Amino acid sequence: MAENRVSLATTEYRTVEEVAGPLVFVNKVKGAAYNEMVEVTYADGTVRYGQVIELSGDLAVVQIFGPTAGLDVDKTKVRFRGEVAKIGCSLNLLGRVLNGLGQPIDGGPEVFPEEEREVVGSPINPWSREEPRDFIQTGISAIDGLNTLVRGQKLPIFSGAGLPANELAAQIVKNAKILGGEEFAIVFAAMGITRREAAFFQESFAKSGALERVVFFLNLADDPTVERLLTPRCALTVAEFFAFKHDMQVLVILTDMTNYCEALREISTAREEVPGRRGYPGYMYTDLATIYERAGRIKGKKGSVTQMPILTMPDDDITHPIPDLTGYITEGQIVLSRQLHRKGIFPPIDVLPCLSRLMNLGIGEGRTRGDHRGVADQLYAFYAEGVDLRRLVAIVGEEALTEQDRMALKFADAFEQNFLDQKDENRDLEYTLELGWKLISMMPRESIKRIKEEYIEKYYNPEKAQELVISEG
Amino acid sequence: MIEGRIVKVSGPVVSAEGMTGAKMYDIAKVGELGLIGEIVRLDGDVAIVQVYEDTSGLRVGEPVVCTGEPLVLELGPGLLSSIFDGIQRRLTDIAEMYGDFVVRGVTTDALPRDRVWAFQPLVDVGMEVVEGDVVGEVQETTHITHRIMVPPGVSGRVAEVKEGEFTVDEPVVILEDGTEIRMYQTWPVRVPRPVKRKEKPTVPFITGTRILDTFFPIAQGGYSIIPGGFGTGKTVTETTLAKWADADIVIYVACGERGNEITEVLTEFPNLIDPKTGVPLMQRTILVANTSNMPVAAREASIYTGITIAEYYRDMGYNVALMADSTSRWGEALREVSGRLEEMPGEEGYPAYLATRLADFYERCGRAVCLGSDDRVGSITAIGAVSPPGGDFSEPMTQNSLRITGAFWALDTSLAHRRHFPAISWIKSYTLYLDQIEEWYRKNVAEDWREVRDRAMSLLQKEVELQEIVQLVGPDALPDFAKAVLETTRMIREDFLQQFAFSDVDAFCSLRKGYLMLKVILTYYDCLEEILVQGVPLRQATEHPIKNEIARMKEIPSEEAEEKLTDLMQRVQTELRSLAEW
Repeated sequence: MAENRVSLATTEYRTVEEVAGPLVFVNKVKGAAYNEMVEVTYADGTVRYGQVIELSGDLAVVQIFGPTAGLDVDKTKVRFRGEVAKIGCSLNLLGRVLNGLGQPIDGGPEVFPEEEREVVGSPINPWSREEPRDFIQTGISAIDGLNTLVRGQKLPIFSGAGLPANELAAQIVKNAKILGGEEFAIVFAAMGITRREAAFFQESFAKSGALERVVFFLNLADDPTVERLLTPRCALTVAEFFAFKHDMQVLVILTDMTNYCEALREISTAREEVPGRRGYPGYMYTDLATIYERAGRIKGKKGSVTQMPILTMPDDDITHPIPDLTGYITEGQIVLSRQLHRKGIFPPIDVLPCLSRLMNLGIGEGRTRGDHRGVADQLYAFYAEGVDLRRLVAIVGEEALTEQDRMALKFADAFEQNFLDQKDENRDLEYTLELGWKLISMMPRESIKRIKEEYIEKYYNPEKAQELVISEG
Repeated sequence: MIEGRIVKVSGPVVSAEGMTGAKMYDIAKVGELGLIGEIVRLDGDVAIVQVYEDTSGLRVGEPVVCTGEPLVLELGPGLLSSIFDGIQRRLTDIAEMYGDFVVRGVTTDALPRDRVWAFQPLVDVGMEVVEGDVVGEVQETTHITHRIMVPPGVSGRVAEVKEGEFTVDEPVVILEDGTEIRMYQTWPVRVPRPVKRKEKPTVPFITGTRILDTFFPIAQGGYSIIPGGFGTGKTVTETTLAKWADADIVIYVACGERGNEITEVLTEFPNLIDPKTGVPLMQRTILVANTSNMPVAAREASIYTGITIAEYYRDMGYNVALMADSTSRWGEALREVSGRLEEMPGEEGYPAYLATRLADFYERCGRAVCLGSDDRVGSITAIGAVSPPGGDFSEPMTQNSLRITGAFWALDTSLAHRRHFPAISWIKSYTLYLDQIEEWYRKNVAEDWREVRDRAMSLLQKEVELQEIVQLVGPDALPDFAKAVLETTRMIREDFLQQFAFSDVDAFCSLRKGYLMLKVILTYYDCLEEILVQGVPLRQATEHPIKNEIARMKEIPSEEAEEKLTDLMQRVQTELRSLAEW
């Protein structure tokens, strides 16, 4: 067996039997390994990479990371590299722009890897995990105040076509801050984004000076679809290297996971697999989990990997398989709303369906502030009441409402205009909580049920509520 | 030993030729790494193996060795407080030996081999023993006595008995025919452990969660499903039950769920004290953790691993609770493997045998008279979370589970959005155990328990009807009597049904306290009706500050509930009635 492996790297096959979409079927192969990387040389000399995705007797099915145009069954050469997909990791990757396979494309100097790592990664032993803890400040009130992001968490943003998810992502990259002052890096993986979006991100990172702490993986919309399957894995491998080898706090932003899932479906269809819901493969849950579950902290290590995947809900449908399966794996979700966007509110975060499951681990006395939980719950309760009443008002008119109801309605407007709408302001948590108290102070004291008495005593102040600017909704 | 060669690799499914003689569900070691797999189909001399580990790097031609044994578990002292993966490998040992990430091709002993246990024999030389008889005891944790039983299928006259400290490998009892009984036995996961007979469940499974204990209780030995979209609190409900439910042993199967959730259990449980025994909850807990990113085939096995361990403790006469979070991930694993086997798909790609497998699993629960001459009774209560895609309950997993399960605790997304937790819908949920356990409640909680429960339930039903009218004409158009209903049901919802799982006092609510709380609210309603008749305006009544005391009932500790709530009930009556005297 051993000699076989040595000879492999030098054996070239010219036995391509069939090409179907991104898949190449190579015949008479001996000793190829499942998931092994492959180099394919086209008749015109172009070299593409691929990966073995099925072995059956002497037939190997190879998925090509690139267009299969120009590939023929006669002259194409296939070389099996004897190893699975790897990426060279180095601290020098910070500030660089790489393609979807992790090769530099910014014209900068060559990166000498400190360590080569398999991009597939292994699952963290559940026993070795450390509970996520400590809060990451994003500068966004609706996130920090109500759906706090915690180190080691995976918190996706559910967006819709045309909603400003990219702007929100860029703002978070710009302002994200770790209050403890540890080393902080951002790994940004863009999958299938347009050139316009790519330019927007690059400009915004350059302008805000965030670039030097960012590793930017870039797979454009017209880059090979299949490459996208490796992009998030490359990004996370680098993130794990930073976090668990170099003790850094790493925030990974993956955009747009919808494009990733489309690629997954494309491959699955090409392989003629039994489709699951809406044509997506039945293993999409497992596949997504191997990406999202790479967030976390490890006992005895200082670093952490935190993820914010961004995805576009097709037709704003939160029950579509992509957001649905994501929501089942991630620890909460931030949902953007078209309605709020139309009202001109930025970021248009619809807080009602939002959730941060790990929020309690990151907030409270000693981490943020003792009243944080109560303020968040109370804001939610009042806002939910107000939103419910809007529906009622549309039917029965405002006259039929009680005084308390009218106040709740006014609260909902004030909440959207003051708390949610913050444009490009970078708000620290103290400011966000103060704002929360101003809003709560609009309501009668006895209606506050979710906050402990001592905090109401300390912070409740109806005069402060006068400082809020409220225009007629 | 049968050894074949790999001919095909497709994800977790590997085919090997030259496997004549291998049996279905035998364990095979695949490739040079010796990855663990299970034979799921035979076709001539080709065996198809589902591999429990990542198959990257496997080559055609590598060896596949059939062990000739199915997937078996080791059952004996040392299971409690452990954390296993889906095929009973100790994750603690794997972490110690191989680091923070799970590597492939490793095996560990399921039970620690170096640890000695003090064996206390309960039989004498010359006694006849039959299968299931307890031959001795081991103190496994402070409160759990591990009964060493004669394995199923074994019987005879005792020839030798030992006493003292032994490891699990050493024989402690030897029968005349030479059979050695050790402290552990092995059992194949896919075969239910035998019992004498199943009993009718009549004792409630107390959860400490008010909406469940009051409105939708299940019996010990019953099973229930909790379906809900993401973010509705399935896992919080499961862990709350694992913490506070009235069971001797809790088996928590984290099947295809989040790694961080297991960490939460692992950090929290050792520090939480079981109110009944005064020792950390971890001492009664066994974790089977196969997170979503761990291999899919082992996820399929994890649920069987969980139930087999549960059966073993039931056989000792314990009441065991099994939490399966989430059965949907198990179903999906089944679907994935089925797809790789190129089987004809049924509904939504799930294999046609999904319903059978589900029924097989849930039927392993129940209250049973165990094997052995002492007729001890044990039970397994199972709570299965279901994660329906898009929160739509019409999908195959929910529907197939519903056909067999005895209770349905439906989680409601709109309740969760309103931060009403636990977000269990009182309209959609149901239980079939009510009549069987009513008797117990009457004896142990209150004679009128059923009436109080039914009355509160019908008020909640009435609220739904009234809300429809409010949606059309606004709340002001309702007569005062209807408003009184809404006022009361709001109270039931906010002050009774809502329960904060992370609160020190409110996380567990005793049955009696729950009953009294509901009774106070109903008394309030009765008084409202009474004084409305006497002409008191509703507003005057609802503005009475006694309402705030009702809102704070949750904060009364269970042990003070009797006194304080009876007192509150009386004051509700006198103070509301005094309004009419003016």
